[in-house]
Amino acid sequence: MRTLPKGGQRHRRGVPGRGVALLVGALLTGATVLFGLMPGAARAEPEAIREFGEGAQIVLRTTTDIGAMAPAVERFLATRPDLSVRYEQWGSNDLFALTAEECAAGTPGAHLVISSAVHHLVKLVNDRCAAPWVSGPAAALPDALVWRNEIWGITREPAVIVYNRALVPASEVPRSRFDLLDLLRPERTPYAGKVATYDIEASGLGFLFAFMDSQEASTFGALMEAFARTGAVATCCSAEIIRGVQEGRYLMAYNVLGSYAQTRAAEDPLLGIVAPSDYTLVLSRAAILPGPVADPRAGALLDFLLSAEGQLALARERLIGLDPDAEEEAGRQVPIGLGLPLLLAMDPAKVAQFTSRWRDAFGPGRP
Amino acid sequence: MSLTPMAELRPTLSLGARLVAGLGALLAIGGVVLALAAFAYGRTAAREAFDRLLVGAANDIASAISIREGQVVVDLPASAFQLLALAPEDRVAYRVSGPGGKLLTGYEDLPDPPSRGGGPAFYDAAFLGEPARYIVVSRRFAERSFSGRVEVVVGQTLRARNDLARDITGKALVVLAIGGLAMLLLALLIVRGALGPLDRLAARLEARDPQDLTPLDGRVPREVLPMVQGINGFMGRLDRQFGTMRRLISDTAHQLRNPVAALRAQADLARDEPDPERQRLLVARIHARTVGLGHLLDQMLSRAMVVHRGDSARRAVLDLRDIALAAVEAGDPQLIAEGASVALEIEEDPVPVRGDELSLTEAAKNLLSNALKHGQAPVRVGVSQQGREARLWVEDAGPGPSAEVRARLGERFVAGAAQGGGSGSGLGLSIAGAVAEAFGGRLEMTGGEGAPFRMALVLEVAE
Repeated sequence: MRTLPKGGQRHRRGVPGRGVALLVGALLTGATVLFGLMPGAARAEPEAIREFGEGAQIVLRTTTDIGAMAPAVERFLATRPDLSVRYEQWGSNDLFALTAEECAAGTPGAHLVISSAVHHLVKLVNDRCAAPWVSGPAAALPDALVWRNEIWGITREPAVIVYNRALVPASEVPRSRFDLLDLLRPERTPYAGKVATYDIEASGLGFLFAFMDSQEASTFGALMEAFARTGAVATCCSAEIIRGVQEGRYLMAYNVLGSYAQTRAAEDPLLGIVAPSDYTLVLSRAAILPGPVADPRAGALLDFLLSAEGQLALARERLIGLDPDAEEEAGRQVPIGLGLPLLLAMDPAKVAQFTSRWRDAFGPGRP
Repeated sequence: MSLTPMAELRPTLSLGARLVAGLGALLAIGGVVLALAAFAYGRTAAREAFDRLLVGAANDIASAISIREGQVVVDLPASAFQLLALAPEDRVAYRVSGPGGKLLTGYEDLPDPPSRGGGPAFYDAAFLGEPARYIVVSRRFAERSFSGRVEVVVGQTLRARNDLARDITGKALVVLAIGGLAMLLLALLIVRGALGPLDRLAARLEARDPQDLTPLDGRVPREVLPMVQGINGFMGRLDRQFGTMRRLISDTAHQLRNPVAALRAQADLARDEPDPERQRLLVARIHARTVGLGHLLDQMLSRAMVVHRGDSARRAVLDLRDIALAAVEAGDPQLIAEGASVALEIEEDPVPVRGDELSLTEAAKNLLSNALKHGQAPVRVGVSQQGREARLWVEDAGPGPSAEVRARLGERFVAGAAQGGGSGSGLGLSIAGAVAEAFGGRLEMTGGEGAPFRMALVLEVAE
């Protein structure tokens, strides 16, 4: 997290409290109205900003760490020296709230929005906040990764389990969710309070992974129960969770974004990665071009990211594909398709029920 | 063949072109009507198909509503969204609201259904500025803790519907175009087939020898029959006139050869005769022969004229008595001058016949002249009517010609041949015969051998 500034940490600390307010709001009035109220409370700030190049400016807002996408952006600007990119790194919920608010006001502030919380962007597309863009690279995507020519999946990142090789014996490394359940089952399991996962109220991506799990298999119910019983830790953000595992605060972490884990694992041999063999969720970070009409320069950036060269640049930063070296076992891959079914993850009632179940499980043991 | 000059024949649009244009217009109009029908059908089919999707999704959502502790709980089923995702490019609007329109989940600002009846109802309205199709279903709860109606509204934009409608219409139009082309092709074949007899007729006429004036035969379509009959009648007349001309030339040659040879011989004699008295005699004989020759020429021309008129002149209703009177009054000045007397016997009532006045008068004059020349006085001319037959007769007191001559009377140059030239009086009867034939009648010979010899022109009485 080379580029994570202080603002990001301050922001993260602020998240849980607002999460509760968010939830109450969602229960009462629905998400759309709620996000309209947000700026009155405390205007969200980007976690980090960096300017690339000099020229006509493309405003790119994304949840992706600047370091992960900087090489791709720089390569793009090398082909288009007439352009510059203002790279804003945001938290997923703030990014959604801001984009929805700007859409409602009819004043899109960004030219390109890329988020790992793809259900947010599907909702924005359904709310007519995204502009269509038709091009060769966009048309070459598989059907599951395009919707209405308004949203595109630009990466392939698995949701993995990471563990500390020093602290978890090789024989106990879980290969699947069933193995994880077995580890948590004994009365005095050493893993009690030592397993971490995303706080779904704070992280859009965490919510999405948990929600997809609940849709995909019945193991999720058992897993929630086991997490609750053993006092698992729900916390925010890939970086923090992985650092916790590295430092030994957690023995393992569930549903971590594979791209971050692989980057860390490349530096730290103690960090082990497992793609669950029962099924592995594969996330494609989604991109939209906000506004009624697409900005052609932002469209060119999108085309570059989808082109062979752009994909190669993203793959170098492990944003695409499962790295065969880092991956200890490959399972059945379940891509998270971009389309209507994700709208369910944005339904206020559904979200309220799901979070309430989650809070019931994690509520007492929450840090 | 001096037909109407080609310059005056202006060809109009061909029958084939007319038929093809007509059939083409018919197909075009039919095509437009069918295309509109296909368009309407495509829209209806697409609408029904995707309306079912809406019903399924709305019912899915409605059945997932439950009451827990007096509260309405909406647990949206994933299946509803998967169902709606069958229209892969369309945005979805939904709303679940409780009693009093209280929003339970979904989009708050959706257009309301036009009427809130009990059953499911479809309506068209916009969704965030894009046209969409909505359904409203309601579910009534009557529990101890909650009683009231929960309303589910599901809407979907129209992209998939329009695509399907376009697809159905497009395919129907392709089939329609293929069918239309096939029908046009068939129509061309049919038109060619129907106009075939005309082409074959034209080819037969064109391939004909210019001298061939025989009637066209064979099978022709009923519509063309009057035309072919007209051509045949025309060619028949032409043929007869050609025949007349040929006969005139042949008769003329035949009749004139001998008299002219005799004249020449006598002229030779006269030239070489030293005795003036005998030379004068010869010249007198030459004169007499020249007069006879002139008479013969008159008669031959008259016959040609009569035959020609029989074919070409208009036929009027005439009183046969007028004809007889005219014949007697015209008379043969030469014969009348010789002191012959002619008596006219006509009745009081008119005797109408159909024919050409000039031809009939000529025939009557010839009969009269024949009687005056060859018969014995008194000569009588009369007109009588018996039933449907009208007669113009000439009678003399003589015995009539010999049986041998009688048998050959009416042929063209009997008299001339029998007499070996000279006055050529037999031609007169031949004229009368030709006239009778031309107007559908005949020449009748009665009497002789004691009774007065009578020749009659028998014609049908006109109405």
